[in-house]
Amino acid sequence: MKVGVLALQGAFARHLKVLGGLGAATTEVRAADDLSEVDALVLPGGESTTMSMLLDSSGLHDAVADRITNGMPVLGTCAGMILLARHVADGRPDQRSFAAIDIDVRRNGYGRQVDSFEADLDVTGLEDPFHGVFIRAPVVEWVGDGVEVLATVDGRPVLCRQGAVVVASFHPEMSGDGRIHGRFLDRAFAA
Amino acid sequence: MSDVTRSTGTQLVKRGLAEMLKGGVIMDVVDPAQAKIAEDAGAVAVMALERVPSDIRRDGGVARMSDPEMIEGIKEVVTIPVMAKARIGHFAEAQILQALGVDYVDESEVLTPADEAHHIDKWAFDVPFVCGATNLGEALRRISEGACMIRSKGEAGTGNIVEAVRHLRSILGDIRRITQADQAELFDWAKRLQSPLPLVQEIAEIGQLPVPMFCAGGIATPADASLVMQLGAQAVFVGSGIFKSDDPAPRARAIVEAATNFQDPTMLAKISRGLGNAMPGLEIDQLETRLADRGW
Repeated sequence: MKVGVLALQGAFARHLKVLGGLGAATTEVRAADDLSEVDALVLPGGESTTMSMLLDSSGLHDAVADRITNGMPVLGTCAGMILLARHVADGRPDQRSFAAIDIDVRRNGYGRQVDSFEADLDVTGLEDPFHGVFIRAPVVEWVGDGVEVLATVDGRPVLCRQGAVVVASFHPEMSGDGRIHGRFLDRAFAA
Repeated sequence: MSDVTRSTGTQLVKRGLAEMLKGGVIMDVVDPAQAKIAEDAGAVAVMALERVPSDIRRDGGVARMSDPEMIEGIKEVVTIPVMAKARIGHFAEAQILQALGVDYVDESEVLTPADEAHHIDKWAFDVPFVCGATNLGEALRRISEGACMIRSKGEAGTGNIVEAVRHLRSILGDIRRITQADQAELFDWAKRLQSPLPLVQEIAEIGQLPVPMFCAGGIATPADASLVMQLGAQAVFVGSGIFKSDDPAPRARAIVEAATNFQDPTMLAKISRGLGNAMPGLEIDQLETRLADRGW
């Protein structure tokens, strides 16, 4: 069982470190060939417009979309959440998302960098609070019926799951706490 | 009414944004039209300034923080982070930039320094700072003042990569040497680098700077981006190199692709084709002003 981390741009090294610390076999995904050897994929934080463009130019977009359709487990954080959302507000017109989870997000919905924040979150299924790091984070403005909301900030979802897709507005790779990655791996490889 | 306690302006969120920019290209832009071209080409952020370094070099005079109206104009047209430059030591310019809501402040040697002894106390700000460095001691002094990202200075506005390479090799070479040093030698390293001992000890332990390290000053081609990233830079700033070239949009796009595919020469060969002329370069020993000498 191997977990890929999309390594086109952004904080992919942090995810590799957390996953490696949990004992997972990992690999960087930069091309469609890399994707064929992974069983699950993490879409990291970074600049979603840049990643969207590089997904197209690398030929990865269609390959990833195809794997998601076929049930590959994916975890998307911040920009990764934007890439997986059904609808993106305040994005670029040519920005493509995978529409893998039934949520609508607004880019930079929590504001600019001076509004970026840390906060302790109560997460469904975790005993102790999880320290969330929100950086120019996207706001979830709507969730569909099939989406399970696992954590909120001021009533807005910040951690959601639908089937094999998990998305976070914040950066679980930045807080030195592997529990969200751990749960993702447990569910992804439970079958 | 908030149901969680939010902490803003922390080191984690300030360094965190730099983490998000890794593997990307930050482009100098002087107006909203250029900012749009940069975003369209896949820039992870833009640096708003009145003149690109090669024009500052040509025109001379005192170079200052940009007009807030121009910075706001750029903020309006792009969705990616917007950075702006303050003069070294000019904390009032930095306060204004923070009030404008820029996402990163560059305390930059490209502008004319405002203080000959003191850099800005960057701990006093919620907005994160990036600072230039030519060697490890300079980098650690900036980090001790609160910088959340270091960029090797290079020599801005020259289109000549040689200084960027010198600075990167100096910083990264010393980091490698420090990881081999024993405890007693670390005291001597701190003395020689004129840097706080705890930061030197941290580097010995983690084998890298405690903040992201990017590269600036002289990048003009996709191959330049690949070179500095293979040497160890985690992202690149491109100043005059894009908008002083023959055909900015394709060159900007190519450098973005190069930052992702920096280890793949076959891809780089494809990316580098047909970009037209790069910016005209300058020989370092014929420069009147060495911008990299500014900062202490």
